[in-house]
Amino acid sequence: MIEFRGVSKHYGAGDVGLDQATFSVSREEFVFLVGATGSGKSTVMRLLIKELEPSSGTIRVAGRDLADITRKRVPFYRRNVGVVFQDFKLLPNRTVYDNVAYALQVTGGTRKEIRHKVPDILRLTGLSTKLHNYPDQLSGGEQQRVSIARAFVNHPPLLLADEPTGNLDPETSIDIMRLLYRINRTGTTILVATHDQAMVDKMRRRVLELSHGQIVRDEAAGLYARDETTREFAQRMRSPSIRPPGL
Amino acid sequence: MRVGFFLREALRAMRRNAAPSFAALATVLVTMLVLGVFIPIVQATKGAANSVRGRVLVDVYMRTTATSADETRVQKELLAVPHVRSVEFVSKQTAYEQQSKQDPQAYQLLGTNPLPDTFHVVPDNPANVLSIRAALTPPSSGGGTIDPAIQSVSNHKDDTRKILEVTNLVTITAAALTVLLTLASVLLIANTIRLSLYARRREVEVMKLVGATDWFIRWPFVIEGTIVGAAGALMAIAVLGVTKVALLDPLANNWTLIAAPRTIAFTALVVVLLGAGVMVSALGSGLSLRRFLRV
Ligand SMILES: Nc1ncnc2c1ncn2[C@@H]1O[C@H](COP(=O)(O)OP(=O)(O)OP(=O)(O)O)[C@@H](O)[C@H]1O
Ligand SMILES: [Mg+2]
Repeated sequence: MIEFRGVSKHYGAGDVGLDQATFSVSREEFVFLVGATGSGKSTVMRLLIKELEPSSGTIRVAGRDLADITRKRVPFYRRNVGVVFQDFKLLPNRTVYDNVAYALQVTGGTRKEIRHKVPDILRLTGLSTKLHNYPDQLSGGEQQRVSIARAFVNHPPLLLADEPTGNLDPETSIDIMRLLYRINRTGTTILVATHDQAMVDKMRRRVLELSHGQIVRDEAAGLYARDETTREFAQRMRSPSIRPPGL
Repeated sequence: MRVGFFLREALRAMRRNAAPSFAALATVLVTMLVLGVFIPIVQATKGAANSVRGRVLVDVYMRTTATSADETRVQKELLAVPHVRSVEFVSKQTAYEQQSKQDPQAYQLLGTNPLPDTFHVVPDNPANVLSIRAALTPPSSGGGTIDPAIQSVSNHKDDTRKILEVTNLVTITAAALTVLLTLASVLLIANTIRLSLYARRREVEVMKLVGATDWFIRWPFVIEGTIVGAAGALMAIAVLGVTKVALLDPLANNWTLIAAPRTIAFTALVVVLLGAGVMVSALGSGLSLRRFLRV
């Protein structure tokens, strides 16, 4: 689904965002992207939606070289990639409902479709009581959930989540992870950037670690429990974490 | 469905960003007011200049001995001169009646008619008056004229030149001021729009990141610009209309001076202002957005 081959991103003034990163993610995989702050996690996300162009290397998504997508086609490409932004990026002049609806409106979604899908995804993300609030009337965690709802309302085949639990308490974080897990089980490829080491340990999914823009660890976790139901998954997540020695 | 959606988006933006929308509206209103006052003034000035220039003619005075055959011949000769648009014959009787009406006492004293038969020669363009005069009094004739039946050709060389110069200057100045003022209005409106868009550039960026095409984002802005431009222009037109009816029309009835110069018709002015307001505002919104769409 995703293929990075020798991708570097140099910002002006010598800042290195990504340095010769090579990795790939298969269809329907659930992958964590970890690393210290400034290690390049968001850079990977931004490259994947063509918000940035790589300085060198090639990026392929669903077999397609991103460099070949013309400026005109970029919006259509982006509709296939849901993104939960680290800074939410909600539209300040729209209510929760309208923010989520916008993702459908850009694709030419009908009113009927919007009336049907938006309340659904908002219920799923636990925002049913906040439909008519504006973003500045929401807590950080609530804004984050709106961002998740908007990213997934289209059911894109690829979902990128940059720190989706950064502002949430542990219990809500588990809910969000459960939601992502469920989305993943419907066949969506998911890439989650996070600092939350405990969460990563518990989820037991593949982990890619970045350090100073380089991939330093690529670990398909041994206890890859693919066949867990969502309920079992949640139970395991809630149990006290048992850290393997050495981590 | 699409049009309705874009319209609702535009109205939402105006409601939620009332301050910048209001600033844009106020800018359009003020510039359109200034233009609305200035355009008629320029038109009146140009009209006055042109009517002065229109009075620039060459008078050809006939000898008192001239016969009607002479007059027919001279008229033909005059019409053959380059740059002559028309020739008007004023007989001595007609001239006498006209003049004595203006100053009855003086003409009563005179008793007889001292006025000659006269041709008013109208140039195709006031600027050609001098060349017509030169053609009628060729140097080869040694101070004479092209026809022996002609007594003399009016000689207001210096006056004519001055009139032409002054009216030229007035026309050019008015045109230059119009261009400058129009330019200033366009820049002012465009700049206000740019500022209000700049405040919303993050929003535009987010729209692009969730997959909106350029035109999907642009239409609501263009519609908003159209609404703001039309509203500002209409308010300016309303103010101008009230002023015209309440102040200018009564004055014009009392003082012929104000009524005299031909100026632009009010309906034409309305069309110009409304068109300019909408065009500048809508185009300004659409074009200024380009910068922020490059995400
Ligand atoms: N627009 C930019 N201009 C210059 N340097 C940048 C820019 N964006 C990111 N960087 C630099 O690139 C490096 C990687 O940034 P990135 O945002 O990818 O880190 P991150 O792993 O997402 O960090 P965090 O966990 O804090 O979100 C950092 O050193 C950062 O300073
Ligand atoms: Mg980041």
